[in-house]
Amino acid sequence: MNSPALSPTAAQSQAHMWVVFALMVAVLAIAPIWVYPIFLMKVMCFALFACAFNLLLGFGGLLSFGHAMFLGSAGYAAAHASKIWGWNPEWCVLFGTLCSAVLSLVVGALAIRRQGIYFAMITLALSQMVFFFCLQIPFTGGEDGIQAVPRGKLFGVVDLGDNQAMYMFVLAIFLASFLFIWRVVHSPFGQILKAIREHQDRATSLGYDTETFKLIAFVISGALAGTAGATKSLVFQLASLTDVHWTMSGEVVLMTLVGGMGTLFGPVVGAAVIVTMQNYLAHLGAWVTVVQGVIFVLCVLAFRRGLVGEIAHKLKKSL
Amino acid sequence: MDIFGIPLQAFMGQLLIGLINGSFYALLSLGLAVIFGLLNIINFTHGAQYMLGAFVAYLSLTHWGVNYWVALVLCPLVVGATGVLIERLMLKHLYKLDHLYGLLLTFGLALIIQGLFRNEFGSSGMPYPVPEVFQGVFNTGFMFLPKYRAWVIVASLVVCLATWYVIERTKLGAYLRAATENPSLVQAFGINVPRMITLTYGFGVGLAALAGVMAAPIYQVNPTMGADIIIVVFAVVVIGGMGSIMGSIVTGFGLGLIEGLTKVFYPEASATVIFVIMTIVLLIKPAGLFGTQK
Repeated sequence: MNSPALSPTAAQSQAHMWVVFALMVAVLAIAPIWVYPIFLMKVMCFALFACAFNLLLGFGGLLSFGHAMFLGSAGYAAAHASKIWGWNPEWCVLFGTLCSAVLSLVVGALAIRRQGIYFAMITLALSQMVFFFCLQIPFTGGEDGIQAVPRGKLFGVVDLGDNQAMYMFVLAIFLASFLFIWRVVHSPFGQILKAIREHQDRATSLGYDTETFKLIAFVISGALAGTAGATKSLVFQLASLTDVHWTMSGEVVLMTLVGGMGTLFGPVVGAAVIVTMQNYLAHLGAWVTVVQGVIFVLCVLAFRRGLVGEIAHKLKKSL
Repeated sequence: MDIFGIPLQAFMGQLLIGLINGSFYALLSLGLAVIFGLLNIINFTHGAQYMLGAFVAYLSLTHWGVNYWVALVLCPLVVGATGVLIERLMLKHLYKLDHLYGLLLTFGLALIIQGLFRNEFGSSGMPYPVPEVFQGVFNTGFMFLPKYRAWVIVASLVVCLATWYVIERTKLGAYLRAATENPSLVQAFGINVPRMITLTYGFGVGLAALAGVMAAPIYQVNPTMGADIIIVVFAVVVIGGMGSIMGSIVTGFGLGLIEGLTKVFYPEASATVIFVIMTIVLLIKPAGLFGTQK
């Protein structure tokens, strides 16, 4: 990967990051006054999904083309836990996250046996396998998916059927996960991950077990994608095949690319842009696919830093 | 007569379908391998270009009455020419960057092409008639073999072996292999490497279009026909390893057969068997059956 515009000083001030973060929190806190809250929840779910994906691609240099399998299977797990077992929503989300973590451990262990382009192809093929699996086994409801998933009562007390309560729940999950990713990126672990991205052999020669680091990054990324998927299935009260399909894997790549890979806030912006676009162009049917394809091509040819990456480059600060 | 409790007719029928699928896997993975060898790009548009081949054949038949034989030559040329344009206008700018950008660009192109065709033709398939010469069946005594299917297997085998021969045994192929190893040195010897790269991409794309024309009478001509097959072909490529031309041919046909056999013995797994095999191969021989780990 082209390294994003990071200044070399290690002890770089993070103050401006906190300002941007506070701004993001403020926007998300006030926005439901004007914007349809379900739409905002959708944006946050996809933003978390894209942030999780970006942890792997932007900071680990690993392009997974099958991340939909973590989003989708966690969605099924959470929906099942809520509808059939009657669990509280916080446990449903945790259960979905755990299921995706286990799945990503298996998939990651297989996929990191090959590098670069092969890694992308293997993750794509394995996610297609998961897709067929979800299509055939009875508990996912096949083409119908799991419908009418109850949102339940948070901690057995707060009824999430109320959109306002649900919004706060999603916001809390999103912000907590975002802070976690931020911490991971700036931890010693994150630094080693970047070292592996820049030059794997050199990292190996420094004595790091690069395979293990890549696997851990893969599991964190997959698990957080699962958190996003589980939350999403509670928001929409639906878990369906759309979320495990390869087109979803493509969409998360696009969100990250548009926002700026290797930036912290980029995927959030990218997710907001793409979800908004899908919302406005929904009546155009297959044209949405065409537009997404065009954005892909333009980003790769002329706009590789992405929106936030471009701003960060102008300001000479990391975002 | 039965084989493992399955009527011979059904058994041979599925084996034949497996061989047909295998022919397409072989042709497509061969094209991917040729492109990857020189460009270091995984051509995600390959499935869309396979679909384009079928569509050019279908449209030229319905609009201008172009028959199958002409289409067999014309479509690969037309679609190959669009490939040349893509390489000249876009891919060319990505060679200095990480290989992943090539994957992303061709993925975007695939979305555009498939989206445009879905807008224009919907998702339902259009029939393409089997050419007259190949209507009817051979009666081989133990099964009826449709003539067209026999032709597809033979033709794709011939095309695959011819490609192998050109790349491994001729002077042109020697240039190509040399350029794969060390492009700047080959250029220093006075060979126009950029043009070779362009033509190689065009050739790989042409192979995909050829597969599309051959598939048109068997499967229906459909805008999404390339989307799912390309993922299977990726798995085929991972299993075989892209280092060897013969490797991708053998793996393509072999996996088609295995898929056909799975349909006989355990139909539920027929959609996933290739991915399962990929998993096993990754565990035992990560570089692929015919590949070498760099």
